[in-house]
Amino acid sequence: MEENYKASPLKLYSYWMSSCSFRVRLALNLKGLDYEYIPLVEGQQYTPEFMKLNPISYVPVLVDGELVIADSLAIILYLNEKYPHQHPLLPTDLHKKAINYQAASIVHSSIQPHQNQARYIEKEFGPDQKLPWLRYHIGKGFAALEKLLKDYAGRYATGDEVHLADIFLAPQLYAATKRFNIDMIVLDARLWKLF
Amino acid sequence: MGEPQSNCPLKLYSYWRSSCSCRVRIALNLKGLDYEYIPINVVKGEQFSPEFRKLNPIGYVPALVDGDVVISDSFAILLYLDEKYPQRPLLPTDIRKKAINYQAANIVSSSIQPLQNMTILKYIEEKVSPDEKLPWVQCHIGKGFESLEKLLQDYAGRYATGDDVFLADLFLAPQIFTAKGFNVDMNQFPLLSRLDEAYSQLPAFHDAMPEKQPDAPSSSTS
Repeated sequence: MEENYKASPLKLYSYWMSSCSFRVRLALNLKGLDYEYIPLVEGQQYTPEFMKLNPISYVPVLVDGELVIADSLAIILYLNEKYPHQHPLLPTDLHKKAINYQAASIVHSSIQPHQNQARYIEKEFGPDQKLPWLRYHIGKGFAALEKLLKDYAGRYATGDEVHLADIFLAPQLYAATKRFNIDMIVLDARLWKLF
Repeated sequence: MGEPQSNCPLKLYSYWRSSCSCRVRIALNLKGLDYEYIPINVVKGEQFSPEFRKLNPIGYVPALVDGDVVISDSFAILLYLDEKYPQRPLLPTDIRKKAINYQAANIVSSSIQPLQNMTILKYIEEKVSPDEKLPWVQCHIGKGFESLEKLLQDYAGRYATGDDVFLADLFLAPQIFTAKGFNVDMNQFPLLSRLDEAYSQLPAFHDAMPEKQPDAPSSSTS
């Protein structure tokens, strides 16, 4: 098994600042999987070569031999099933598993897509609209996560081991604090402790 | 907000027109699971009631109650249902095809649906004008549908990823329904149009569609 994953032909197309790419990098690191890091520069995601890999032109993209998978959640669930023994990314308990999916989805579908629109909002509505937009969507999502996780969190989001929820939370917390300077003390204290 | 009336262990808090709720309704129908339908009127803001917020912190529909377990978010609900009630599996066993199902589902749930939900449309309407809503929606749906056409062309059979209905189909069908409501020209998307026609022949999909729900405006119970 150890030989298999060290000889893995995994390639990750990634952008350094992309929180979606960050999630996959976390998963690969947790599972101890070697991979070739293929960085994209800004604009490269629209080249015909890259759009052949991912028609919607987003990073990350994982290439595993002949299989090409885009979307961080799809990639992470694939890695978790293909390499199940190294640091499982989901708990075995069905309800706790569902909480992890829910937390990941809140980030994946309710926060990050709107965060991604911030540049458009700034361009169309002015620079003074960008931060209120980000604060609203990130704040709403973090408030929901705070409530969702309060009965489950231990050292990490859903207990004392790192699972899927943490893989989605950490990059989102990084983006909120380091990129957008969202005031975490105002938003909530508990998620900040996880970070 | 409607209150649970029956002793049925499965309860679904749903809005008739919500594509996220529709995904779950299809899954429940496919698996032959009885459930109590509890309507949440999002136009009237019932998703912000204290009772519903306790069930679902982010205030979106759908939310599933299964005995003592409460789960919101359609993706989480579908994977939970698939593991707890494995009849009529929602995912293929092949790990690669499974990944393509997740990818297609997430194109809908992250790259299309969040960009055309009520909150965003209200923002566009207020900040720009009501006339800008349709171009915005058609742009994002169009972009997502173009990528789905390309992604699925190597995998589609009778349905999105082969000759059986799987997770991708549960996300595609409601999104195509919504797209048609926004006058997206489906002629641009021949594969998705063909899939839409295939879904219309399936009772599990047909019965899950918005106009069939108890809280739809044409329903005598609404």
